[in-house]
Amino acid sequence: MTLSVDLHHRLPGFALQVAFEAPPGVTVLFGHSGSGKSTVINAVAGLLRPDRGRIALDGTVLLDTGAGVMLPPHRRRMGYVFQDGRLFPHLSVRQNLLYGRWFAPRVPGAELDRVVDMLGIGPLLARRPGALSGGEKQRVAIGRAILSNPRLLLMDEPLAALDEARKAEILPYLERLRDEWRLPILYVSHSVAEVARLATTVVLLDGGRVVATGPAAAVLADPAMAPAMGPREAGAMISARLVAQEDDGLTRFETGGGPIWLPQVRAAAGARLRLRILAHDVMLATRRPRDISALNILSATVEGIAPGDGPGALVRLRVGDEVLLARVTRRSAVALDLAPGRAVFAVLKTVSVAQENVGSAM
Amino acid sequence: MTDLLTPEEWRALTLSLRVSLWATLVSLPLGVLAAYALARWQFWGKQVLNGLIHLPLILPPVVTGYLLLITFGRKGYVGQYLDEWFGIVFAFRWTGAALAAGVMAFPLMVRAIRLAIEAVDPRLEDAASTLGASRLWAFATITLPLILPGIVAGAILAFAKAMGEFGATITFVSNIPGQTQTLPSAIYGFLQVPGGEAQAFRLVLVAIGVAMTALLLSEWVSRAVARRISGQ
Repeated sequence: MTLSVDLHHRLPGFALQVAFEAPPGVTVLFGHSGSGKSTVINAVAGLLRPDRGRIALDGTVLLDTGAGVMLPPHRRRMGYVFQDGRLFPHLSVRQNLLYGRWFAPRVPGAELDRVVDMLGIGPLLARRPGALSGGEKQRVAIGRAILSNPRLLLMDEPLAALDEARKAEILPYLERLRDEWRLPILYVSHSVAEVARLATTVVLLDGGRVVATGPAAAVLADPAMAPAMGPREAGAMISARLVAQEDDGLTRFETGGGPIWLPQVRAAAGARLRLRILAHDVMLATRRPRDISALNILSATVEGIAPGDGPGALVRLRVGDEVLLARVTRRSAVALDLAPGRAVFAVLKTVSVAQENVGSAM
Repeated sequence: MTDLLTPEEWRALTLSLRVSLWATLVSLPLGVLAAYALARWQFWGKQVLNGLIHLPLILPPVVTGYLLLITFGRKGYVGQYLDEWFGIVFAFRWTGAALAAGVMAFPLMVRAIRLAIEAVDPRLEDAASTLGASRLWAFATITLPLILPGIVAGAILAFAKAMGEFGATITFVSNIPGQTQTLPSAIYGFLQVPGGEAQAFRLVLVAIGVAMTALLLSEWVSRAVARRISGQ
């Protein structure tokens, strides 16, 4: 299932010109507000008619302005989860969930019971949307979209209106959609944390143009992308295999650069997880540090250094066959004589990897 | 109840009820369509349509009645063809009274329904369309149930207005007992003859009774509908 998008659209004071391909998995359209993300997703849904463009999902042409093709939204079979849920206030949760069933082709697909189970919304079925919390509303909205048997799921910042606790409540469901249901998803976000947790592919938008696109790990670890994400959010993703739960509450992982320990992660031994490691949590040393409280010391090789606007610099490291980012001062970079090819040790405090930065791998 | 009113008065009351009911029922779908178009659509001539709909509210009723007469009268611009082709005649019939009442009540109905439509988030229909509902289905299953209290309020308002319509009706279809003599026309008629005040006063009481009943009914129905929709 591959979505190909090529759009040109003019809005007052803003020109959108994007082209990208979304392979199977989760494709995150990432960028600041005003970068054109919502315009793109609305054009894919058919809610917005772009000036020029072509959108196709595998063999099906959804839009081709050159050929005068514009499939209306109700014929596109795109499940759309809006930022504000948009549940129908006069219908019960059950009726909301089954709304798309009136129109969906009678093919085997998501079953109500299975969806309700996965999203944990069984106790809510008889209620009206007005009586639900923000997190519950979003889970119902996700269920409603899945039950319409979509070919592609569109999500426009589905977590943006929620607080941190509610976000943490929903993220695992989205991972299950990606890993168990294998539903292709186009996901709009301006949160690097969500990109790191969910994305298979990232399309980075800025000012209405595609700045970078590619596999999530590669785009996130590209120091050139740091300005688009903000210096405090820059960081890379590495994959890790859970080795053992240890007695003192730590979980041991194996990575390409050696073992690391994190505060307890609830998963079975052997599970492959993805860890997002923020650049400003990583320290560098030219010799293996000893007598230091940080437990995680990975051997790495410097691949490149990107000086930032301020006194900082972003160092790109190779750890095994993966990439890690470290944020250090330019002064330290000079003092340690950091240059491409140099062997270093990356030091990471165990407690600095927050739970929300540990996600299931794919 | 029949002994309380003379047959003539009774005829005026039932005619008024029939005229108002038909005026309301026939204009209701048109009112919903017009309100939806004004609330949601952008089209050329929207302000002109808005003005035309509201014209009967601001014109002297006698002018509206005269315009109806030259348009839908037997020799009117439209009326002569309706008669010739379909055998439909409005002039000096109760149907003409219903047409006049409907036209006069239309702006009130459209205003009430339009307000209700504007209170519904148009993006709910977008959500319905991504779930597979066509425009018409999205309207019928989402917007229509949500604006039901507004439709009920608009219909009852229109009914009440139609019951009270006088100027346009008497200008267009005159004041023929049993044909076009509605409650207000009958009251007016009694007031024109010496010693008719007593009869007129009884009809005034009837008119007040009908108006109060309609008002209470509308309150009760819209509350019941609103409760059903909000699910409380």
